[in-house]
Amino acid sequence: MNTRTISGEREFTWKKFFLQWEWMLVLILISIFMMNSSISPYFFNFINIADATMTFLDKAFIVFPMVMIMIMREIDISVGSTVALSSVVMAMLYNAGLPIGLAIAACLLTGALCGFLNGYLIVRYKELSAVIVTLATMILYRGIAYMLLEDQSAGGFPDWFSYFGWGYVGTIPFILVLFVAFAVIFTLILHKTVFGRHIYAIGSNSKASRFSGVKVDRIKLIVFTLAGLTAAITAIFLTSRMGSTRPNVATMYELDVIAMVALGGISTAGGKGKMTGAILAIFIVGYLQFGLGLINIPAQMLLIVIGLLLIISVTVTNLKFKVKKKKTVGHPQQKNVS
Amino acid sequence: MNEMVLELRDITKEFPGVKALDSVQFELKRGEIHALMGENGAGKSTFIKVITGVHTPDDGEIFLNGEKVDISNTKEAQKLGIAAIYQHVTNYPHLSITENIYMGHEKINKKTRKIRWKEMHQDAKKLLESLGSNLDPKTTMGSLSVAQQQIVEIAKALSTDANIIIMDEPTAALTHRESKELYRITEGLRDDGVSIIFISHRFEDMYRLADRVTVFRDSEYIGTWNVDGISNEKLIVAMVGREINQLFPKKEANVQEELLKVKNLGQMGRFADISFTLHKGEILGITGLVGAGRSELSQALFGIEPYDSGEVYFHGKRVEIKNPSDAIQLGIGYLPEDRQEQSLILDWEIGRNITLSCLEEISTKGWLNERKERSIAKKLAEKVNVKTGSIFNPAKSLSGGNQQKVSVAKLLTTDLEVLIFDEPTKGVDIGAKSAIYEIIVDLANQGYGVILISSEMPEVIGLSDRIAVMCEGRITRVIAKEEATQEAILEAAMSKERTVSAS
Amino acid sequence: MGDRLMEKQSILSVIAKHREAGLIGFIIILSIVFQLLNPKFLTIGNLANLITNTTILIILAVGMMLVLITRGIDLSIGSTLALSGMTSSLFVSAYPGLNPLLAILLGIMVGIICGIILGYLVSIIGILPIIASLGLMNVYRGLTFWSSGGGWVSAHQMPASFKGIATSSFLGVNTLILIAIAIFLFFYFFVNYTITGRQIYAVGSNPESAEITGINSKKILLLVYTIMGGLSGLAGVLWVSKFASAQGDTASGYELTVIAACILGGVSIAGGVGRITGVLLGAILLGILDNALPLIDVSPFWQMGIEGGIILFAVLFNVIVNRAVQQNELARRVV
Repeated sequence: MNTRTISGEREFTWKKFFLQWEWMLVLILISIFMMNSSISPYFFNFINIADATMTFLDKAFIVFPMVMIMIMREIDISVGSTVALSSVVMAMLYNAGLPIGLAIAACLLTGALCGFLNGYLIVRYKELSAVIVTLATMILYRGIAYMLLEDQSAGGFPDWFSYFGWGYVGTIPFILVLFVAFAVIFTLILHKTVFGRHIYAIGSNSKASRFSGVKVDRIKLIVFTLAGLTAAITAIFLTSRMGSTRPNVATMYELDVIAMVALGGISTAGGKGKMTGAILAIFIVGYLQFGLGLINIPAQMLLIVIGLLLIISVTVTNLKFKVKKKKTVGHPQQKNVS
Repeated sequence: MNEMVLELRDITKEFPGVKALDSVQFELKRGEIHALMGENGAGKSTFIKVITGVHTPDDGEIFLNGEKVDISNTKEAQKLGIAAIYQHVTNYPHLSITENIYMGHEKINKKTRKIRWKEMHQDAKKLLESLGSNLDPKTTMGSLSVAQQQIVEIAKALSTDANIIIMDEPTAALTHRESKELYRITEGLRDDGVSIIFISHRFEDMYRLADRVTVFRDSEYIGTWNVDGISNEKLIVAMVGREINQLFPKKEANVQEELLKVKNLGQMGRFADISFTLHKGEILGITGLVGAGRSELSQALFGIEPYDSGEVYFHGKRVEIKNPSDAIQLGIGYLPEDRQEQSLILDWEIGRNITLSCLEEISTKGWLNERKERSIAKKLAEKVNVKTGSIFNPAKSLSGGNQQKVSVAKLLTTDLEVLIFDEPTKGVDIGAKSAIYEIIVDLANQGYGVILISSEMPEVIGLSDRIAVMCEGRITRVIAKEEATQEAILEAAMSKERTVSAS
Repeated sequence: MGDRLMEKQSILSVIAKHREAGLIGFIIILSIVFQLLNPKFLTIGNLANLITNTTILIILAVGMMLVLITRGIDLSIGSTLALSGMTSSLFVSAYPGLNPLLAILLGIMVGIICGIILGYLVSIIGILPIIASLGLMNVYRGLTFWSSGGGWVSAHQMPASFKGIATSSFLGVNTLILIAIAIFLFFYFFVNYTITGRQIYAVGSNPESAEITGINSKKILLLVYTIMGGLSGLAGVLWVSKFASAQGDTASGYELTVIAACILGGVSIAGGVGRITGVLLGAILLGILDNALPLIDVSPFWQMGIEGGIILFAVLFNVIVNRAVQQNELARRVV
């Protein structure tokens, strides 16, 4: 057996470095900042930029586990309903006389349970796709929220509860501080740990992962539970900012979240994408919304812009992948000459 | 009248970056069965796709009954009377047999354009009967066995009035008995004047059926011979390009203490009463016909589809194996049959593939140590001699044999003691085969206990210390190396005797 | 233990084979329960009402079935419906003398255009259906708001002839029902007796084989999304005419109810499977729940939860039955 040497050092090329989707997102974000500054001369200072995040970061917490879910080639469309249900549970328990601390705990528990049930059903009944399971629970969870609160609203929280939605740490909004902490933790988990590597493996080839000893079911269960838990966190911020809640809050949140993840370059075909892309997408959508608000363009117009942005970005990445793929399609067993 | 129904001259087909066919020749006589052989990647599949109009050749000419034709799409090929039965059965699992047979040339009412189901069902029934099958044409395709599906595919070819039928590895997934049935049908077709191109890896198929054989190698045409005019050795040289003297390396007889013991293992409907013992340094072959339960047994041992009765002892201690990670933690490794689906992540770098099952060991408290990862991957890739320039090349850039080497390298990352090889050389060409044999024997010599599951008898006989033969879910005989012959194995594989234990 | 177990499981396998019979059985049981609780349920008036209210769901579910069979999904239909409903009602409020047929045609045209765009993105560009339709859902919804300037078209702005599309009747049968019957029959013929119809199944059952057979899958994909768009457009006009109001958030989220009807009717999201009669029954089941729950004094706020529970139950039941059938087959194999 003649032993050849195989290179074990990664080649770094600037071309490869700059050909990442995230740079495209950075460019989009910069142009939105420029647009916003030209609309309002007051926009471009640190306080305003930080303050603006309060208007859009609540649903962003769900983006982190959703990135993991979509990398695993799954999807969760029940998160909006989970937000509503955990918010309603929290408000009702508080109104029933529970201390606010316990009500918040119950909110987190509700969210985690909703997520766990999704994960459990998906793992236990593999014949069912995540679309079907979470479509059913989406209707079910919101349905339960309606059963609990009917057409009422619930609120009357203590004053300090509004701190979540409106409070500051120094000059920085509390929600932004927590968001950054989450962003750092989730990015590290996805890209630097065994858990994260396993997530990519599952999305690229779930069978091979299982055969390689990856605990596929356990990981899915954990990630779906996390999605429920972050939905509950969103519920806390949302409820705090609005002061009260109704069963119809957070409608279509799931679609906003999925749109952000897709815009961030995570393909629903699984196995690809980075956390940074999704984080950039959160700010792109958020500041775009904020900027359009500055010039009094109705919120509905934002729908068009986000929709187009999503389609165009996916088209661009799609074309890119197609070009790359062409070389191997048709003759997968080509000889690799070394 | 021209004796040749089909002639292809100087066919060349290039894909971006590769020449899949390099001025290839082929001729097919009326009413003959013509075997087409060659290693994987030799260009056989592309060649068929050229004949059936899936690919258009970049260069060359095709003659049908002496007339030059252009086959630019599949419809065209159908009109010319050419039909193909592909290697991976390509059908519509959710649709009925009738619909599978007539898809693409449905019978319709000319005026209303309405599909005439009744007529199609009747005709399908007749076609199936002419092939000696009494399947109900309304049955869903997905509920049939592979052999039955192939009969439907043949019926489909006949329904288009094809007089040239191409069969791409039709026996690969068939049992012995089913293969014989297929031979009978194929010969019947030939006697009716149909010309058949038969592609197979099995020499048995070729000797039994074919009149002539053509060999391709590395996208090139090597030659055509009468089957009775060429020896086995000469044919291998033609296919591989060099002589293979020593296919099976010498194994030291250093069988040591007991490693794994299995008692009365069973899984409902798949296998039962399986007992055997595996020792350190031993290669235990498990063989049997397709459907005997070999793969199911090995997957149960690795925890993929857990067994539901019986006991497993590892180093004399009773253990439970409920999922693959249990097995790996105990020290049992598994090389899956289908490396592209079950072992490798083709889009990933070679290095990451190698380390996937040992990430716990190259991490501290869950955090990856990428430097350590790279060095382990590099070391193992070199150890199993993967032909590549860098561990950062994607796994899909490798040939089948080298992909298999990467799969083997994955097994060497963790502290394993038992290795289960499930059809390790399936779809691997002869050159890479001998390399894999060398690795397997080398591992056994190092003290691993190896379970070799294979349907290729020469392989099992050549490598194993003992051979357990399975039939219909039970071990019917255990044969020592000295007594192992193909006849003995076949007899045991088809016997109905009750279980014996291989301890 | 054998015999009894086997008998029980073979009953399950019968259920698995005759899914639609099972669905009919479930509908009958449900109807009996509702009838016992409120005798008004099984009256001609109420049943006519029930069917009328289910027609739009049936029309959309038929289209969605085609999309799901090709392994696709269309989340944009609620928005398409709103956009075409809004466009046509704006048009008739500006030109009150317009023939209502033209309004219907206009709505269908808008829907077809929406569908073609989606079909193009899915089949030619190759974007995954769930993402492409999600993006377009936003775009079409935004366009709906934009075209009405954020306002809405209310009953008094619509001419009587337009409102009459949904409320008039022919030979004593409501026009909506007639339209739904016509669409059902047309598509029943289309998917079962035409080559193109069968090719839809072929593409969903095995795209690679379809390629080898020479089926133009791109054309088929484009076709199903166009049909879905056209049906959504028609449904948009009918919806707006029926409720006599067109709003920016008309039918928001309705796509999920439509998908739920298909799933209840036995359509597989994995493609290749789905029968139009099953889809009809799935839609009717949801229609019955919508109609009967208020009749038996279930709070309207409980409806959604009950619906969700039933969908989850149906989906799980299906899997459990199939698994039992497989186990049974294994148990019969003697080893």
